[in-house]
Amino acid sequence: MERHVEPLAYPIPSDEALEPPAEWAELRGRCPVAPIRLPSGDQAALLTRYSDVKQVLADPRFTRDLGAAGGARVAANESGGVFSSPMSQAIPQDGEDHQRWRRMVGRWFTAKRIAALRPGIAAMAEQLIDAMVDDGRPADLRASLGFPLPVWVICDLLGVPESDRDRFSHWSDTLLNLTRYSDQEITEAQVEFFGYMSRQVAARRADPGDDLLSSLLTETGPDGKGLDETTLIATGLGLLVAGHETTANMIGKMVAMLLADRTRWERLLADRSLVRVAVEETLRYDANSGIGLPRYITEDVEVGGAVIPRGTTVMCSMAAANRDEEAFEHADEMVLERSPNPHLAFGTGAHSCLGQALARTELQTVLEVLLDRLPTLELAVAPEKLERVDGLVVGGLRAVPVRW
Amino acid sequence: MRVTVDEDRCCGAGQCVLLAPEVFDQRDEDGIVVLLDAEPAPSLHAIVREAAEVCPGAAIAVSEDG
Ligand code: HEM
Ligand code: SF4
Repeated sequence: MERHVEPLAYPIPSDEALEPPAEWAELRGRCPVAPIRLPSGDQAALLTRYSDVKQVLADPRFTRDLGAAGGARVAANESGGVFSSPMSQAIPQDGEDHQRWRRMVGRWFTAKRIAALRPGIAAMAEQLIDAMVDDGRPADLRASLGFPLPVWVICDLLGVPESDRDRFSHWSDTLLNLTRYSDQEITEAQVEFFGYMSRQVAARRADPGDDLLSSLLTETGPDGKGLDETTLIATGLGLLVAGHETTANMIGKMVAMLLADRTRWERLLADRSLVRVAVEETLRYDANSGIGLPRYITEDVEVGGAVIPRGTTVMCSMAAANRDEEAFEHADEMVLERSPNPHLAFGTGAHSCLGQALARTELQTVLEVLLDRLPTLELAVAPEKLERVDGLVVGGLRAVPVRW
Repeated sequence: MRVTVDEDRCCGAGQCVLLAPEVFDQRDEDGIVVLLDAEPAPSLHAIVREAAEVCPGAAIAVSEDG
């Protein structure tokens, strides 16, 4: 096959919600730097090989700043979506400023701190499962458990009322828009969301609590300086969005993948020590993780044996990379006990997911509580009938119908 | 086995501490890795190798000799 002449329309659709598109294997094999057309109409270069995706994400010359002159817009709405929004720019994107921001916020996401949250997360999962059982079979696990749990966790951490969660969901969906919302809807939602968070910050200033926002108001970095007001508000918004949609969708996808072949579930019931590695394997195996991560390059760089010219926006498909046979033996099989499992679901390098200890803890805890409470859990529809959420940059399932 | 860590490459994601809390910790003030045990007991070798392999910052190095 020659290189694709016509850019491939991106994202590439898949016939089945849990399965990868057939194109991935072909692209990894013969066209590792593939021209694609984003929903905005702009062009980019798609990377699908593990080694290439990892190389680019770990190389700081590939910047996250798509607002840079020449960077492609990703989403179909005019401003190009979350990757180029002014709000995303309020958090330092690169270099030392980013590192300083990350270290200030990172102290809230250490493994130790997150471990202390575990009993609370388990209790909340129990409570949500009780309510789901009371409502009777069949249930939608996405709506009853997948979404409410991570929202509760992140609200608790930030100290914002969970009762506002319906509003967050709308605001966050508009921020993660790919094709679903117009510029006007997005701008309105962003203004509301920003206003909401400014009031939260002001309330903390007047009456500080024992939460992340309150402490970021007063804490300072190694240079003795704190975060300015706009950065603080953007951080609150960013954490709310980053902390809930990805994890919420992943809970639904994880359970669906483990139940799609029920022998997986049974192995976990028989051996709980597999929970940790099984969670990692669902993260690797997830063929519906979203569009991937865009990066922009201002100099010529060699990737996968080809020169990527400066001014190119590359799209790193972690999900395609995670199915690369060169990196994972039997990549197309779900091997629950796979270890080590250096998948790229959380990205890698300087921007690698800051909340990954929290995300892992939420996924492991939910799975343990489900195995204990509902050992007879099964999908209430055939796996082929599951449907993907579309129009957003993160991937998920519309519903996860289950019975027990 | 000898373990070394590179603070500058660490992005504080805490994966090493989740895997091997006997060997790695994170500073409270910024989440950066702290090496607790540079020569871990043989029973920990497998998990330490795994931590090095999955560290998103490639900040952990393991040498097998000595
Ligand atoms: C299964 C759930 C999750 C997945 C798959 C996920 C995935 C990712 C990925 C791929 C990145 C890299 C972005 C980039 O390189 O441009 C990222 C960054 C980030 N994530 Fe997560 N994430 C999850 C859960 C969370 C949670 C629970 C939080 C906590 C609040 C969180 C907070 C963040 C933050 C703050 C960043 C930006 C880090 C930076 O730019 O330095 N994420 N996430
Ligand atoms: S896993 Fe790597 S990047 Fe993460 S805290 Fe440990 S050393 Fe740092």
